[in-house]
Amino acid sequence: MTPVWDCMNASATPVRRQLHLPPVAPSPFPYNPGSLLSVQDLTLEALSYILTRATDLENMDPLVRDRILLKRRVALLFYESSTRTRTSFELAAKSLGADTTLVSSLSSSIEKGETLKDTGLTLRALGAEAIILRHNSSGAAWLLEEATHLPVLNAGDGMHEHPTQALLDLRTILEHLRPGIETVTNETMAGVTVSIVGDILHSRVARSNMLLLPRLGARVVLCGPKELLPELAANAGPGIAVERSLEAALRESQVVMMLRIQAERLAGMQLDLEQYKANYQLTGQRLAAQAPSALVLHPGPIIRGLELTAGVADGAQSAILEQVRNGVAIRMAVVERALATDRKGGGA
Amino acid sequence: MTTLLIRGGHLIDPAAGVDGPKDILLKDGRVAEIASPGKLKLQNGSSADEAVTLDATGLTVAPGLIDMHVHLREPGQGYKETIATGTAAAAAGGFTAVAAMPNTNPVNDSPEITRWMQAPERGAAVRVFPIAAATRGSKGDALNDFAALKSAGAVAVTDDGHPILKDGVMRETLAAAARVGLSVIQHAEDTRLTQGASMNLGPVSFKLGLRGMPPEAESGLVERDIRLVTELRDARAHLHVAHTSTAAAIAAVRQARRSGLRVTCEVAPHHFLLTDEHVGMYNTQAKMNPPLRSAADRDAMIEAILDGVVDAIATDHAPHATHEKEVEFENAPNGIIGLETALGLCLRWLHREWKLPLGRVLSLLSAQPAALLNLKGRGTLAVGSFADVVIFDPKAEWTYRAVDTLSKARNTPFDGWTMQGKVRWTISEGRIAYKSS
Repeated sequence: MTPVWDCMNASATPVRRQLHLPPVAPSPFPYNPGSLLSVQDLTLEALSYILTRATDLENMDPLVRDRILLKRRVALLFYESSTRTRTSFELAAKSLGADTTLVSSLSSSIEKGETLKDTGLTLRALGAEAIILRHNSSGAAWLLEEATHLPVLNAGDGMHEHPTQALLDLRTILEHLRPGIETVTNETMAGVTVSIVGDILHSRVARSNMLLLPRLGARVVLCGPKELLPELAANAGPGIAVERSLEAALRESQVVMMLRIQAERLAGMQLDLEQYKANYQLTGQRLAAQAPSALVLHPGPIIRGLELTAGVADGAQSAILEQVRNGVAIRMAVVERALATDRKGGGA
Repeated sequence: MTTLLIRGGHLIDPAAGVDGPKDILLKDGRVAEIASPGKLKLQNGSSADEAVTLDATGLTVAPGLIDMHVHLREPGQGYKETIATGTAAAAAGGFTAVAAMPNTNPVNDSPEITRWMQAPERGAAVRVFPIAAATRGSKGDALNDFAALKSAGAVAVTDDGHPILKDGVMRETLAAAARVGLSVIQHAEDTRLTQGASMNLGPVSFKLGLRGMPPEAESGLVERDIRLVTELRDARAHLHVAHTSTAAAIAAVRQARRSGLRVTCEVAPHHFLLTDEHVGMYNTQAKMNPPLRSAADRDAMIEAILDGVVDAIATDHAPHATHEKEVEFENAPNGIIGLETALGLCLRWLHREWKLPLGRVLSLLSAQPAALLNLKGRGTLAVGSFADVVIFDPKAEWTYRAVDTLSKARNTPFDGWTMQGKVRWTISEGRIAYKSS
């Protein structure tokens, strides 16, 4: 037989053809309508419901509020350390009357090698009616939801999403820029530019915000060095732009969201921190010169003197602690929604 | 040995230039006679009464398929697959020969393991041709004894999932393999660029928050290997690029061929059908290495198959236990099974949808891999060849159900997909290795 490499016609040049291709199967998620896995699962109607309900619950008499989920069982499953998210989810669930239990990776059978699936099934067998999951692997919340079919609230999965953070950021922004508005449309944030600055690549907060805010009409400008912000981030969705200059980003922004450099996810990446600070630290001087009335946000934990100065963190433009306060209200609304039998704020 | 008579079928044997109605007599493990319908002479004292007759009316008869890239997991990982179960799945998919990769435990870097894999005790349903490790333990340093491996039955050398990164070692491997007439198969991945990555690098990996493998990790190593083949100036040196997945790597192979180099490549069905969008929300059944790439890369695979740059379709059948895939995406092992879906997907998409002639499809699945691995007497049904035959209904549509697989594993992204072309019989060296129920 003639060797194939002699007889094949290798000189033909590629021709683009219009080909019929196998379709991508529609996503089966969420399996449970009470789940909150991604901001993308929320319709504008569901968003409006959560924002409105957060205010209602915040203003409600605590003695009435704690009848809402009386003795319902909510598990907090945390594979990563957390202060704000864990505490505010716990306070939110408890203020609705639910019983909560915390399972963390360092004091459980997870240390012995139990898989996420088995841990989830165990919690379900123990009577958990919803699981709030923080995990270091992107996509973990989807795995847990598929395994348990329980309502799963994604409290941060790896470098992927942190939907309740984006919701509380949205509530904070609306309070300042659109006071009184809780029913949102695709134009609610028209004309608003939100800059997200810093370690975008490793940030689940950035991903949730860049996928959420443009749906309300906002423009999202991602700002950071190439190592922490690949050019292709601009293709993650509509309404997203990449800007390398912090000054330029600040000039067009009504909101600037600073991010922490996630040392735990740098995976050997060498980063010159002095250079980073010189280019991307939010200082009082930069803020005053470029964006004197912009709202300053940060999902926390903040590292004073790195991504922003102490003066900015504590300054008049900072809404960092308002974000934390809004976290409890938003999480009350999503925990209630997770366990609701009548689900007005249902999924898609 | 049983004599088999295949009557009434339509024989397509691209290597022999046959495409028409033929009756075929198989005797003593070989093709004894081929004749127009009803004209078999049945020589040597046989009569039609003694032969077992297979009625192939309305069916296509072709040389048994050859998969030059499978992982049978033995020795060492029998919980994922055994040689017996993997080859049973192969037979069900119409394959009569599979080339088994050396990433076993221990690594197949010795004549002993190479022979062990081919021993009758393994219970193989079809022929297994081991591909031996190029270097000791696939560690990329010391070359194995290729002459000894070849006489033990190895048909090529590779370090597969541990690509040979050192230029000097790869150059030596190409030269030493050329001296004994073996091909060098490279899993082209510059692993220095893919640390911690679990899918293709691109907008999808960014959105999913997963570390990505840049296409350059594949094409860069293909370009390096082609440069080494060029420098060797040894016309016998043969580089075969395993499971090519990027447009840039295909372009490099295309260019090498124009320069007259012996550089060949294979493509897996998932790389010409799926893209990184098919990862969906962290579906570990869509995790493999090389990963599913961009739509542009997928289109380049289709183009290269249609215009003849691709030499073979190979499945990269990579079984894993169910529990191993039910974990976080980045912790899940790479790979999918593919032996029972290759023909059905190739007929459904390459042939029916994209109009690649049936003879070309079958050649990519049989004659061409046989030539690449220098498997004498296979990949054709010319008289005297091995009686390796697949008989299938080319028009039949069916739905693939992973639960029905004969493999031990069920890790496939094609569960529930419509296939075209139903295998009725697979005959391995004159013996019926699979019969559809």
